[in-house]
Amino acid sequence: MSEKLRGYGLFALVALLLLVVAPLVLPPFRLDELAKYLCFAIVALGIGLAWGQGGMLTLGQGVFFGLGGYAMGMYLKLHDAGPGGLPDFMEWSGVETLPAFWKPFANPVVALAAVVLVPVAVALLLGTLVFRQRVRGAYFAILSQALAAAFVILLVGQQGLTGGTNGLTNFYDIFGQDPEAESTQRSMYFVTALVLGVLYLGARQLVKSRFGRLLVAVRDGEDRVRFLGYNPATVKTITFAISAGMAGLAGALFVPVVGIISPSLLGVVPSLELVVAVAIGGRYALAGAILGAIIMNYAKTGFSEEFAGGWLYLQGALFILVMTLAPKGAIGVYHQARDALARRRRPPAAEDDAPVPQKQEVPA
Amino acid sequence: MESLFNQLPIGLSIAAVLLLIALGLTFTFGQMGVINMAHGEFIMAGAYTAYMLQDLTGTQAVAVALPVAFVVAGAMGWLLERLAIRHFYGRPLDTLLLTWGVSLVLQQAARDIFGAPNVQVVAPSWLSGGVEMFGSNLPYARLFIMALAIICVIAIWAYMNRSRQGRRMRAVMQNRELAGCSGVDTERVDQLTFFIGSGLAGVAGVALTLIGPVGPNLGTYYIVDAFLVVVAGGLGQLRGAVIAAVALGLLNSYAEFWTDASLAKVIVFAAIIAFLQFRPQGLFVLRSRALT
Repeated sequence: MSEKLRGYGLFALVALLLLVVAPLVLPPFRLDELAKYLCFAIVALGIGLAWGQGGMLTLGQGVFFGLGGYAMGMYLKLHDAGPGGLPDFMEWSGVETLPAFWKPFANPVVALAAVVLVPVAVALLLGTLVFRQRVRGAYFAILSQALAAAFVILLVGQQGLTGGTNGLTNFYDIFGQDPEAESTQRSMYFVTALVLGVLYLGARQLVKSRFGRLLVAVRDGEDRVRFLGYNPATVKTITFAISAGMAGLAGALFVPVVGIISPSLLGVVPSLELVVAVAIGGRYALAGAILGAIIMNYAKTGFSEEFAGGWLYLQGALFILVMTLAPKGAIGVYHQARDALARRRRPPAAEDDAPVPQKQEVPA
Repeated sequence: MESLFNQLPIGLSIAAVLLLIALGLTFTFGQMGVINMAHGEFIMAGAYTAYMLQDLTGTQAVAVALPVAFVVAGAMGWLLERLAIRHFYGRPLDTLLLTWGVSLVLQQAARDIFGAPNVQVVAPSWLSGGVEMFGSNLPYARLFIMALAIICVIAIWAYMNRSRQGRRMRAVMQNRELAGCSGVDTERVDQLTFFIGSGLAGVAGVALTLIGPVGPNLGTYYIVDAFLVVVAGGLGQLRGAVIAAVALGLLNSYAEFWTDASLAKVIVFAAIIAFLQFRPQGLFVLRSRALT
């Protein structure tokens, strides 16, 4: 069976599992949990694209996730409040008129567009400013992390405008549906799964295109790409913006699925946790990113339910082990095992299709 | 106008804390390309060292703890370098994730050993009180931290520029391969740098007990800002770290004063992005012809 066919077969199998088997087998509560993991998987897909393919270690995806989530949450809040009404938390904080930046979000079309456009715009701006100046590698990672920290502090500090630590919650009406109803949760699950599937196929196409090749080339030797006449800053900025858009979309889906968006979901730690999940799943494959996000979040829920403190030890230890012994993650281990098997069957002269070792920049 | 001076001591004392933390980072980052996220937990270890010593030394814990915390945190750093980080050279981004895993484990360990609630270290009596300066009261504790930061900077400067080991360290920082070829034992230099860098985090941790409670998350509050100091100052640059820490400390306190605490962080972030437009590699750059 050819590599391509096998890939499609696997995709079809996973799609079958997610769209048919899971809704039939899982109780509603667990299905809703799975929908939540799929939201994180969408963010992870973006991280896989930016970090795995493009070498940009972005530790601030929570910001874009939050921008998308808050855009959605603001619309839902205003919808609940009715025309001319104020969201409940504003009344509690003594805000009397609706702040100007909230007003456009009363319109569902504007809000849904903002879900993607605002994160993309922020990423384009930051990417342009940072990548054009050839700020890269660890510097970029630190800056993206600082952005996440600042964003969360801002959200918490501006209680009257953003809902503060509580974030936006208590939604009563999601596009005409009752958020607590089983049918709503079920349809949100399907929407999330479909979005993930479409984005995965899109991202795969992107990686296989000329642009994708250029992106990998930028990761492995940015200067050489520049000497060949391309502009690495453009390639990186566009990819960063795409990953930000994905995170924004995921945030917007997260709000109706879970019913809350709050700063504690967006800060330095949640952003890093997703990067960790991508690393464990396998950063150099998009499927690895998705796999990692689902498995890690599943494990987190399972372990936190059993023993709370143990999860942090397990996560830390797992992570140290993966980074030290298998930096290519679960997918990398799978490929290695497969190649080893193939080598044993074939004569030793067979071509070696193990991934090329990755080179990372060392700051000058 | 008066408030303009009011903020000065506050800003400088923030700067002193940032500097103490960033000093260690800038060398491990500059020399070895290691982004040590566990640095924050070495700070925490230093602070808990002072807390533990309290039982033995009473109120003089802070003074006694300074050298002890240096050794404790330094030993932790050395162990981390030996066990894990040395396998990661040339993969700086992976060290970031690795050390974050370490920091998770250390935080949880602190929670299990010392309990989740914050603990207090009693400051020695000679540090209570303060002086009147520019119309605001400057506690002796803050002055002590500033003095400590200055002493550390001088000590590091002397070490780097006046000792043989410091010369080796600068050589490795400038060109690892060439230093190795010239007979410098780069592995040993790495170990020592990591020991000193982490030890400084321990010292910073003791200093932090003077201005706030000690908890398992102590390190996480400062680590992001300290990394920003390193980025703005330039890798492995003592001058850069000093200037960047002072600038960031002052900017932080003034921005907080003129707007509010939550906007201040955004302003600082924007200022750093703007600054990097002119100096993408930070204030001072180690010149090199190496192609990255």
